[in-house]
Amino acid sequence: MKTELESVVIKFAGDSGDGMQLAGMLFTETTANVGNEIATFPDFPSEIRAPQGTVAGVSGFQIHFGSSGVHSPGDSPDILIAMNPAALMANLSQLKPACTIIIDIDSFDKKHFEKAGFEGNPLEDGTLADYNVIEAPIASLTKTGLADLGLDNKSMLRCKNMFALGIAYWLFNEPLEKSLSFFDRKFKSNPTIAEANKRVLKAGHHYAETIEAIRSSFTVLPAKKAAGTYRNITGNQAMAWGFLAAAKKAKKDLFLGTYPITPATDILHELSKHKWAGVKIIQAEDEIAGICSAIGASFAGDVAITTTSGPGMALKTEAIGLAVMTELPLVIVNVQRGGPSTGLPTKTEQSDLMQALYGRNGESPIAVISASTPANCFDWAFEATRIALEHMTPVILLSESYLGNGAEPWKIKLTEELPDIHPRTLESYDENWKPYNRDAEKLARNWVVPGTKGMEHRIGGLEKDECTGCVSHNPQNHAKMVEIRHDKINRIADFIPLQKYKGKDATKLLVVGWGGQFGILFGAVNQLQKEGKDIAFTHFNYINPLPKNTAQIFQKFDRILVCELNKGQFAAYLRMQFPQFNFEQFNKFEGLPFKIIDLKNKFNEILNEA
Amino acid sequence: MKHKMEAATIGCPLKPKDFASDQEVKWCPGCGDYAVLNAVQRALVELNVKKEDVTFISGIGCSSRFPYYMDTYGFHTIHGRGVAIATGVKVANPELSVWVVAGDGDALAIGGNHFIHAIRRNVNLNFLLFNNEIYGLTKGQYSPTSERGKITKSSPHGTVESPFNPLELAIGAHSSFYARVPDTDVKLMTQVMVEAEKHEGLSLIEILQNCVIFNDKVHAAITAKESKADNQLILEHGKPMLFGAEKNKGLRLKGLELEVVCIGENGITADDVLVHDEKLENPTLHYLLSRMSLPEFPIAMGVIRNVEAAVYDKSLHAQISKEQENSKFKSLNDLYLSGNTFRIN
Repeated sequence: MKTELESVVIKFAGDSGDGMQLAGMLFTETTANVGNEIATFPDFPSEIRAPQGTVAGVSGFQIHFGSSGVHSPGDSPDILIAMNPAALMANLSQLKPACTIIIDIDSFDKKHFEKAGFEGNPLEDGTLADYNVIEAPIASLTKTGLADLGLDNKSMLRCKNMFALGIAYWLFNEPLEKSLSFFDRKFKSNPTIAEANKRVLKAGHHYAETIEAIRSSFTVLPAKKAAGTYRNITGNQAMAWGFLAAAKKAKKDLFLGTYPITPATDILHELSKHKWAGVKIIQAEDEIAGICSAIGASFAGDVAITTTSGPGMALKTEAIGLAVMTELPLVIVNVQRGGPSTGLPTKTEQSDLMQALYGRNGESPIAVISASTPANCFDWAFEATRIALEHMTPVILLSESYLGNGAEPWKIKLTEELPDIHPRTLESYDENWKPYNRDAEKLARNWVVPGTKGMEHRIGGLEKDECTGCVSHNPQNHAKMVEIRHDKINRIADFIPLQKYKGKDATKLLVVGWGGQFGILFGAVNQLQKEGKDIAFTHFNYINPLPKNTAQIFQKFDRILVCELNKGQFAAYLRMQFPQFNFEQFNKFEGLPFKIIDLKNKFNEILNEA
Repeated sequence: MKHKMEAATIGCPLKPKDFASDQEVKWCPGCGDYAVLNAVQRALVELNVKKEDVTFISGIGCSSRFPYYMDTYGFHTIHGRGVAIATGVKVANPELSVWVVAGDGDALAIGGNHFIHAIRRNVNLNFLLFNNEIYGLTKGQYSPTSERGKITKSSPHGTVESPFNPLELAIGAHSSFYARVPDTDVKLMTQVMVEAEKHEGLSLIEILQNCVIFNDKVHAAITAKESKADNQLILEHGKPMLFGAEKNKGLRLKGLELEVVCIGENGITADDVLVHDEKLENPTLHYLLSRMSLPEFPIAMGVIRNVEAAVYDKSLHAQISKEQENSKFKSLNDLYLSGNTFRIN
C-alpha cells in the first residue's frame, strides 16, 4: 500500500565522518529532480571529525519535501535515520510521536550507549516506545555485500551511508538513477569504490523492500510550481551565480577578494570553478587584504565583492569605512553564524545586523540588504551589485548559515531575462567633471577609473571637498559631506520596490521578519491564515534604507511582532526609525532556525489576548 | 615593463612638472620626501609613461600623502593596507603602472603581513619603502626599524626590541627585485626607479629617508658628503664592487662572509674584487650585501637583486584565459542549464 503525502521531513543523522551530508545532498538532488518542493537544513559540528560516537560529533541533514506547503526544512523529522545511538540521542527531544526511526542496530551496543549518554539500551527501556522503530543491521549488511571487492574494513564501512540512502529512496519511491550516475562520475578513476557505493545503495533499497517492516511506502506528489526549467541550488552557490550574472549585466569583470571562513567559503569554492567566466579571484593573506584587494579592484573598475562571516566582518570594518568615504562600489557578503567571537561557526544566527548597520567609526551609512531563501541569494547578489554600481556605495549583503548551506529548487533565470545594470562609469574626458560631482537624483558620483585619459585624480580616506574631492578639513564642508553620505543612502529608497505584506484584511497582528527565516515565518503565518486568524506577515530584504511605505504598513495593525534569530536587533532598529510604533519581539538564539510550532504558539498567544 | 608599452607622447615629451598635481606639498621643510617626489617624477618622464596609466597607492603616514602630489591616479588608503589595495588594482587592470608608497611603520608594523605576502606572490608593483626608522605622523614613536635601545617618546628608557632589516624580510619572502637608495641621491633614485618599473614582478626599493623633525640625521653617517664615498657601495650589475673616494676599496668573499679589501694592499688586485651580479638565482650573496652595516662595511645601494620569477597577476590572468579557451561553458546560460535540471510544464 502506498500513502500519498503532501510533504514529508526526513533526516539523516550519524557521526560527522559517516557521510550524512553526502547522503542528504544526493537525496535532495533526486527529490528536486522529480519535481518536489524542497527545503534542506544541513547541521554539522565545526570539527571536521568530532569525537566518534558522541552527541557533539553528530552530523545531520534534514530535508523537507513535498507537493505544497514546503516553506522550511520542517520542525522535526517524520523519518529519522540514526546511524548510531548518539545520532538518536541528539534528535530524541525533537521527535514527534509515531514518527519512524531507522537505526543501524550494529552500533547499538553498550560502548555506544555510554558514549551517547544513554543509561541503558533505549530499544529496551521504553525510551522509544512511542515511535515506529526499524532495526536494520546497516554496517554488517554493507560489509557482507562488499565482501568480494577486496576493500579494507574502513573503506567498506564508508559506504554505509548509501545503505541508509537506499532505504530512504525506497520509502519515498524515488528513482536511484541520479545517485548511481553520480558515483560513476565522482569515482571515474576508482571504479571499485564507485561499484561499492552503487552496490550498497541498491542493497539498502532491496533491504527496505524485502523487510516490508516499514509500514507502507510513501509517495510524495510533484509540486505544482510555475512552469520553467529548474535546478537544485544551495544559497552559497546561488549567491556566486548571482554575482556572475550581475557582472555580466553590468558589462564588467567580476573580482572576488576573500579569505576562507565558515560558512561563507563555498561562495569562494563556487566562483573558483568559473574562471572561464572571467572572474578574478584573490584568496588573500587575511580578511583585511580580502576586502582591500576588492576595494583596489573597484577603484580600477571591476565589479568587486568580498565574502565573509561575522568575525571576518569585524576585521574588514576599517576597510568598509574607506569604501564608504571614497564612495566606491563594493558588495560585502556576510554569511552570518552564531557569535560573538568564534562563536558557533557552523550554526545559524541573525546577530550581525547591528554590526552591518553601525559597526564602523564615524558617521558611516551603508546600504544593507539581505537574502531570504537559498535560491533568492541569486537575486539579492544581483540586486546588491546593482545598488553598489548605480548608487556608488558599498553594500552589505547579509546571508545566514541556514541559507548558505540550505538548498531548494531554483527556477533558472537566463541572462536575457535579467535587466541591465548601469554603472556610473565616465569613459571620456568631460571638462565639467569633478571627482565628487554628483547626480541630482541619486547623489552618486561618477566612476572614473585609472587609465581614463585627462581625468587623473586622487581619492582617499581623509575628508574631502564636496566637489573637487581634494582633502578638506573645513568644518562646514565636513558637516555637508556627512549629510550627503547619509542622504545618498536614503535616496536608494526611491529606486527600490515598495514593501509588500500578506494578509490584506488582517488588522490585529503583523508578523515582521527579515533575512533567512522567511520560509519558516511564512509557513507559520500561512497555517494560521488558513485557520482564519487575524494575522499578516511582512518580510524585509531591504534593511537600509527601508522601503518608503514601511510605516504605512505598520500603522494598519494593533500589534507588531518582530521575529528574528538574535536578541532583537531588527526590532531595535525599527524602534529607532519608527518610535511611534510598539514593536514586540520573538527571539531565538540557539544556533538553530525557528520552529513553526513555536511561532504558531507565540502568534496564537498574542491573538488570544483581548 | 609594468605599464602598457605605448609611448606617452610623440615629439613633445612630458616634463617632471607635468606629473605634479595642483596640491600644495605639505611635508616639513627639509623632509627627505621632497627628493623622492622629484626622483619619481623624473623616472616617469624617463619611462615615457602616460599619466593616466600610472596609479599611486599609499597607506597612512607622512609619506603616504604622496599620491596627492602626483597628477596621476592616486589612492590614499588605510594604515598598512596600501599594497593589499594595490594588488587588487593590478589584478583588475594589469596594464597600469602601480606604485605603492609606504613608510616603515605602515609597511613593516601594521602592514607587515601584506608586505611579505605581496612579495611572496610577486605582484607586478613598484614598492617605495620610505625608511626613516621612526613614526612621523604620530609624532615620534619608535618603529620596527628603529635601532635597539632607541630613545623616543614612546621609549624614554630605550627600546627593548631589535629592528627588522626590510631587505632581509624581502629575501625571506623570495623577493625578485630589491634595491636600496639614499634620499640624498636623486640621480641614483631615478635610475633605480626606472629599473624597478622595467622589472616584471614586485620591485622593492628601500629609501633611506630623513625625518628632519623626529629622527634627524638618522642616516647621516651613510649620506653625509664627507663620508658617503666610504660608507656607500653603489652596486652596478656586471661591475666590480668598489667604493671609497679613490675607488680602491672593494669586497671579496672569505668563506661564508664578506670582507673589505684595499686594492694594492697585501697583494690584492682588482681581480680579487667581487663583481655584482643582480641576476644570481641563489640569493646568498645578495643577502650578505643587504646585511652589510657600518662601521665594518659600507651600506649597499642600488639594485641588489633583479631576477625573473613568475608574476602573480600575469599567472592569474593566464589561468583565466586558459579556462576561457578550454571550458565547456561558453556562457552563463550554459552553466545554469548544465547538470541536473528539470522542467515543470
